[in-house]
This record gives sequence, structure tokens and C-alpha cells, in this order.
Amino acid sequence: MRLLDLGLIDYNKAWDLQKETFESVKTRVLPQTVILCQHYPVITLGRAADRNNVLVDGRRLEAKEIRVYEIERGGDVTYHGPGQLTVYPILDLRNFKRDIHLFLRYLEEMVMELLRDLGINGVRYPGLTGVWIGKRKVASIGISIRNWISSHGLSINVKQADLDNFRLIRPCGMDVEMTSIETELNRDVAIADIKEIIIRKFRAPILVEQDNVSYS
Amino acid sequence: MTKVVLPELGEGIKKATLSYWYFKQGEGVKEGSDLVELATDKATFNLPSPCSGVLSEVLFSEGDTVNVGEVLAIISEA
Repeated sequence: MRLLDLGLIDYNKAWDLQKETFESVKTRVLPQTVILCQHYPVITLGRAADRNNVLVDGRRLEAKEIRVYEIERGGDVTYHGPGQLTVYPILDLRNFKRDIHLFLRYLEEMVMELLRDLGINGVRYPGLTGVWIGKRKVASIGISIRNWISSHGLSINVKQADLDNFRLIRPCGMDVEMTSIETELNRDVAIADIKEIIIRKFRAPILVEQDNVSYS
Repeated sequence: MTKVVLPELGEGIKKATLSYWYFKQGEGVKEGSDLVELATDKATFNLPSPCSGVLSEVLFSEGDTVNVGEVLAIISEA
């Protein structure tokens, strides 16, 4: 497992790097890779996105220097910004019994464990993807799979400061209140600390079933 | 003649929405290249072409719902 920490990076640059990494993992030039980063404010539209879920016009977004990207992941609209940890696992789903839902549940469980480590009770709701604290959403998930290799992934709201920008959209097409780890703990939380926990979770054995996949 | 079938995508996933054809009917396709993209609620999924040949029949259009096990297309020998 390889880890790539891009720090705070423009969405477009990280997207290009994600695509390059995907090709290298697919052709086994590189081992499975988990990319960690934070983005400058950006809105992304997944394949199931309804443009009406972006609630403000282009001029207002321009004034806030927020770009909108149509991307190849599943799901509706989401927002990324500094203070949110974005995790892109470029993993081989043959290690997840070629089961898309199993992989989505694995990502959710990882976030729930992370929250548990911090003393927060994270929950999920049947039929929905993502992690909530009560009725407030803390993590969003949207992935893309090609040749059973995943890309895109999950975003976890860590800092409170950036949550306001979620009001520019209807996240995932739902009228849902977004929250952050800081909001719930009512204290400062460093992105670096959350990153460290996430890295530990990914380094733990994750292989559900070997399907003749071997990586260096 | 090879049928392109929507495979099992995981427990509890019975259908997907066809989002994109990479090729048009009548075009040549190569084994292993992306043929069609489908989407479940939070995931998109690309089906590679199972063989090389000509995409002779396209049985579903973009936006259609496809059930697991249904034939999406037929590829004939070139």
C-alpha cells in the first residue's frame, strides 16, 4: 500500500494526478495507493448530479473563486474545501469480492471507527451512503470503478470554518445539515491528527478475499 | 458473436443506470477497452469490452435502467 499526501491542492491538479495513479495501479506499475489531500474551495458534480442542486449562480461562485467540475464519480453534487480531508483510495476491488457495496460499506466503517477513536458515535442509514452524527452528515462518498480499480472516494469534514460553503449546494441532492468533527467535539482538531488515524486504518489488513491479486 | 452482459456488481445491487456508451453501434471495439459506463447511486462502473470485434447491436440507451444479467450489447467478429 502506497500513501500519497498532496497537502492543500487545486482540485484539477489532484484530479489529473488521481487519473495518472489510477492508470499506474491498473497496469501494476504502482501498488495500490491512497491519496490524501485538501482542496481549495470547489464544487463537483457526479454522474447522477442535478445542476439545480447548485443553489447559486455562476457569478456568485466566480466571486468566491469556486469552480465547478463535472466528474466521473457516482453521486450528486458535493463541495470540497480546506478543512476537509479528502481521501482517494485507488484500490483493487478484487480484494473486496468485486462487490461495490462491500467497498462502500468498508469506507463508511473506516470513518465510523475514526469517529469512535475520537469519542464520537458515527452512524449510517440503510439505503444512504455516507456517515452521519445523529442527523448531521460528516462524511460523503462517491466512487468510480474501472477494471475493478477504484478512484475518487470520500471526504470528511474536519474543521468547522469551511462548513458555510455547503449552503451553496444541496449536498448529494438532499436537504441535509452538514457537520464537522470540530463542531461535534467543540474543540480545535488538527487535520494532521485525522490524517494520521486514517493512514493507520488503511495500513491495517483490509483484504477481504484474495482474488489472485498480488502487489509489491 | 459475444453478448455483453451486466455482471454481478455486489450483494444487493440488482440494477444500474446506463450512463455512457464509449462506442456507437457499428464501430470497432478492442478487447479490454472501456465499452460502457453504468452508475449505481454512489458509484460509476465501467464495463470493458469482453472481446475485439464490431459493436453490432446496442440494446440499451443512455439513461436506461439495466438489470444484472441482462444483455447490453452484442459484439460480432470483425
